[in-house]
Amino acid sequence: MSAWRRLPGKARSAAGLLTSTRVTERLWDPRAPSTCSQSLSTSGSSRNDYLKDLQAQLAGMRKKAADVLPSSSWTSLEINTGLPPKRVDIVIVGGGVVGWSIAYWLKKKEKYSQASTVLSAGGIRQQFSLPENIHLSLASADFMRNINEHLGVLNEEPVDLQFNHSGYLFLANEKVAHIMEENYNTQRLAGAKVSLLSPTQLKERFPWIDTDGVALASYGLENEGWFDPWTLLNAFKRKAISLGVTQFCGEVTGFKSITNVLTTVDDEKVGIKRIKSVKVQMPNSLQYQPVDCAIVVNAAGAFSGKLAEMLGIGLGPKDSFSGIPVPVEPRKRYVYVVHCPDGPGLDTPFLIDYSGVYFRREGLGGTYITGVSPEEGEEPDTSDLEVDHQFFQDKVWPKLASRVPAFEKLKVSSAWAGFYDYNTFDQNGIIGVHPLINNMYFATGFSGHGLQHSPAVGRAVAELILDGSFQTLDLNNFGFKRILEQEPMLERNIV
Amino acid sequence: RQWISSSASRPPLVSRLLLFLTQRFYDVEMLISWKSNFKRSLGLVWSCCDVWVSSDFRFVGQSDWFRANRRGKFSWDFLQFKNTPLEEVDMSHTLVNYTGLTNLATQKQLRTLRLRGCPEIDDWFLARLHIFQDSLEELDISECPRITTGGLVALRNLKGLKLLNVSSLPRVSSPGLVIILLEEMLPQCQITAEGYNHSLRGADEEDMESRKSLNV
Repeated sequence: MSAWRRLPGKARSAAGLLTSTRVTERLWDPRAPSTCSQSLSTSGSSRNDYLKDLQAQLAGMRKKAADVLPSSSWTSLEINTGLPPKRVDIVIVGGGVVGWSIAYWLKKKEKYSQASTVLSAGGIRQQFSLPENIHLSLASADFMRNINEHLGVLNEEPVDLQFNHSGYLFLANEKVAHIMEENYNTQRLAGAKVSLLSPTQLKERFPWIDTDGVALASYGLENEGWFDPWTLLNAFKRKAISLGVTQFCGEVTGFKSITNVLTTVDDEKVGIKRIKSVKVQMPNSLQYQPVDCAIVVNAAGAFSGKLAEMLGIGLGPKDSFSGIPVPVEPRKRYVYVVHCPDGPGLDTPFLIDYSGVYFRREGLGGTYITGVSPEEGEEPDTSDLEVDHQFFQDKVWPKLASRVPAFEKLKVSSAWAGFYDYNTFDQNGIIGVHPLINNMYFATGFSGHGLQHSPAVGRAVAELILDGSFQTLDLNNFGFKRILEQEPMLERNIV
Repeated sequence: RQWISSSASRPPLVSRLLLFLTQRFYDVEMLISWKSNFKRSLGLVWSCCDVWVSSDFRFVGQSDWFRANRRGKFSWDFLQFKNTPLEEVDMSHTLVNYTGLTNLATQKQLRTLRLRGCPEIDDWFLARLHIFQDSLEELDISECPRITTGGLVALRNLKGLKLLNVSSLPRVSSPGLVIILLEEMLPQCQITAEGYNHSLRGADEEDMESRKSLNV
């Protein structure tokens, strides 16, 4: 405690000030020889300084004494306030739009870096082949139409998704035209507003398309277009936080669980796990916090499979349920921003060709974003988010230019990459509880349409957790049953 | 609903006190949101009556409009034409919104729709107008405060449109560019767009010419 030591020194020099004529002080206090000579000429102001100094020292000592007493908040150990609490009800792993949507709906009912949400192209469409997917999109569009009623926070700015109502345009060749017709019927039955166009009608409607090879086109009239994913994520986050959800940053590195061994009808022993706590490691540090919880929601997007592996899903013997992994893995997709001054105008839809190439307008200045899903065997490496520009030259541009001749002259202004939470089994979402883990709810595997389904999926998972079953939309077909029984439910309109 | 703008002067003491309490107590927040919900639902009820009384319409084959006269009285003669489709509807300055459009959905011969200065009309309403894509020829959505560029894009389906009025839309950014793009999108349509301050910086002559050609 240096304050103690310093005080007698000051007292000594004070004595020197008061008896400034005594020269012997110089020998007595060797540490401060100069103060004596200074004090000879400026005794008045230095006395004031000395008094102020003394007061400051005393105040400091008083504060230190008060801190040491039990009622203060100071401790000699460093506390990291970023640690999650020791005990919570529900832990949601994954801070993207699906995770925050679930958080918002859970609270309502009582009441990012690598996140795919903000790297998304931001489109929403009802042109799917499965009725469940169509209903999810319609419900989400409904939610977005009334977004300020749902996510408006008192005295804050209203939410503006910057929704462009441009619609999606799917093109089909001879081979898949019949699938498109079937899908059209399913979509109309489910309530989506879609229209079919023949090649002549297509050419009349969009003169900039080269209709060579196109047999049929499907065009969305309402509730389709694109919006700003960042705004939606932040709106969910803001409202959920205002309802009482707390956010913590960290990485889940493990779980603590107990296993109940049950015997099946065929006298086999099956271990059903129940998660007791989640081990959350702080960013850039070895410090971690085990968080006790009742329920865990896996909304970790592209990394959901890895998360489930921490509980042993997929690591068991090959012919048992625990040997079937959660079939979600990251798949890297590139999005390129191109500029073309003579490109299509304001009514450019989100065009998706049967070859897989897609593009949409961005802004009003002749900018478009485009990309294509790679072939099955040519998936890029997923260890980072680096963009392969050669891919654009080889795979995207030729197909794009053949469909829209104006795009023969364009310039790539920028590009980015993001991960799809790709469901390798059937490219559809997995929503529900895993049979081998009692309290882990999954909401993942949407393979590129997680963002557009996030409001409806969030509501569905909240109903599942709090009411025990789906209430508004029946999504039982998206459960784990189809994966464990190896019966895929394919979505045929995946981009 | 309150839009907070940074340039607003300091609100009165009562509002500030309420805001202070709202941010600290959930009960106060709930009470305040009840109050705004109550006002809004009152507004909805009132607006249903309001829309009915203040909108004007004309039937196919008739040349007279049915309007409320100066004292607000509405003639009941229109009931004679219960089964005749509507041709022109003027709902300017009413509180009609997306849900209200359901009432007009059956009118497949609607040619004119006037919605000047309607505060509840937003982009989603415009997207729903595709139900009139075969018949609509004239649309007036000027002075509607909630329409943005994303909603004007939704007019892409109205291929039969001949007259469009998009004057004074406060939330449309870069109106000059948007109007030119709209012209390209709807080549058969005459677009009226007044009340915009096309700030004359640089391309002066081009702006003046485009404005002249639009106001034909």
